Amino acid sequence: MDLGLLKRRGEQEWEIPLHGAMRVPGVIFADEALVRQMDDKVYQQAVNVATLPGIVSASYVMPDAHWGYGFPIGGVAAFDPQQGGVVSAGGVGFDVSCGVRCLQSGLSGAEVRAVQSELADALYAQIPAGLGSTGGVELSDEQTDAMLCGGARWAVQSGWGEARDLERIEECGQMSGADPSQVSSRARLRQRAEMGTLGSGNHYLEVQQVCDIFDLRAAEAFGLQVDDVLVAIHCGSRGLGHQVGTEFLQRMAMAESVYGIALADRELACAPIHSELGESYLGAMRAAINCALANRQILTHLVREVFNQVLPRATLKLLYDVSHNTCKSELHAGRELYVHRKGATRALGPGHPQLPLALQAVGQPVLIGGSMGTESYILVGTHSSERHAFASACHGAGRQMSRHQAARTWRGRAVVEALAGRGIIVRSPSLRGIAEEAPEAYKDVTSVVNCADAAGLARKVARTQPLICIKG
Amino acid sequence: MGAHWEHFAHAADVGIRGVGATKAQAFEQAAVAMTAVVTDPGRVTPRQMIRVTCAAPDDELLLAEWLNGLIFEMSARRMVFGRFLVQLGPGWLRGQAWGEPVDRGRHHPAVEIKGATYTELRVACANGVWLAQTVLDV
Repeated sequence: MDLGLLKRRGEQEWEIPLHGAMRVPGVIFADEALVRQMDDKVYQQAVNVATLPGIVSASYVMPDAHWGYGFPIGGVAAFDPQQGGVVSAGGVGFDVSCGVRCLQSGLSGAEVRAVQSELADALYAQIPAGLGSTGGVELSDEQTDAMLCGGARWAVQSGWGEARDLERIEECGQMSGADPSQVSSRARLRQRAEMGTLGSGNHYLEVQQVCDIFDLRAAEAFGLQVDDVLVAIHCGSRGLGHQVGTEFLQRMAMAESVYGIALADRELACAPIHSELGESYLGAMRAAINCALANRQILTHLVREVFNQVLPRATLKLLYDVSHNTCKSELHAGRELYVHRKGATRALGPGHPQLPLALQAVGQPVLIGGSMGTESYILVGTHSSERHAFASACHGAGRQMSRHQAARTWRGRAVVEALAGRGIIVRSPSLRGIAEEAPEAYKDVTSVVNCADAAGLARKVARTQPLICIKG
Repeated sequence: MGAHWEHFAHAADVGIRGVGATKAQAFEQAAVAMTAVVTDPGRVTPRQMIRVTCAAPDDELLLAEWLNGLIFEMSARRMVFGRFLVQLGPGWLRGQAWGEPVDRGRHHPAVEIKGATYTELRVACANGVWLAQTVLDV
């Protein structure tokens, strides 16, 4: 990105000054090196978002931002329904409520390394991953409606998981306001064989080992110590969410003239929050959030079954579950705003009423995935998170190379062998998929996380490194 | 220039482009380009034909509808398609796609497609050559 287009506000903060049809400025949280790495399209997309009706404060860009569609990936924008604010299907994306959850195994690195290969094989056999895989869960129409209303709470009530899991999931595992009647028959059909599946692309299941603690107090509150083994699951709302995104993007694009909203990019298709279409979308999107929460809950149950066989001493307590593709109604400075986070994680600070008692004193765990060969991080929301970007932080490393280029640069088998040489076992049905997801195709997650920490978006707590990676 | 397809770079996802002597050919080639994101289209045996029909107020949205219709069929039927035939009229498309159920051992599918976006969405003709392109979310 051309630094000449920006006004520097601080070491980690840059402003895109108001110009043209922008209603608010853009704000980029990144250090100079990360800004220089960002595609010019990130600038343009942040500017386009800033032109949407009812946007509040700024069009925000997180340190891991890259060129997305409509919104940049790593984009945050809040809209006020009282000021004509909109909800945008493109602003949430196709993978509604894609997110990460982290389980604490109660095991040490040595215990897992002793059975690393056996555990990798058992997880790969049990977790449906990749295109063409199917889950073992088929739901009737009535069960699907219950799942779309109940989310992870429905899953726990159906036997997938433990009641104590729920307080460690955003919205206590159940997104309110879901309207299953807005979820089409095609979306339901796409989901028929996909409950309890991981998906493909950048989705993964990883067994990780804590290798650094940066914040002892938060780590203690989270129950984290060096050498602890964790399990991270990254996936979303599967075919149902993809179809909801597809259908409402089309309906909003068709309704552009009805609502008289001039769009800089068709992918920003949107509707007023309190219009019939806006409310239909919110009902369907919230149902898709519940689908994602239920899906990650079922996967958690499958992981527990595997550990119970291979390492029965494991406890697999849920640390937290965060979604990073959502639009949520939230109170900020006393105003009800609809906050779009596309490739961005909510980061609630200490004392927030939505946090469970055990996390009230320290804040919300913010889970940042790296790539299969690099570290992941656990951060914590801070008081300053709210001031900066409606309590939002980054969500991952962010790609620096296209899939196309990655597949031409690396061979999947060589990537697997190189990682094995570093003690990381990868299991995947697709060698080409592994090449496209090669660790070097991503930005340095440590730079991204250090920047988020220095900018005050969230504070570093722990660093983990992968031992096993199941890729779709 | 003969009908063909290509991919173009997008930071996180994949750009697909179909090129042909007619708009319909460009739409067909865009569909082949989409399959090539998942697997080698040459590995797909045309065992079964399915139909996709759609309508939209302009060519760009029609292309997105065509591709999203195919993505739905791939996902719901768990199939891949390697050959396509498109008929176009004012605001409508009738398409046929030939393919087979996904065989993970033979197709080695790289990634599933979530949806066809409106980013870089373009249908245009220059010097008698049609192109149809967009970015896929994978």
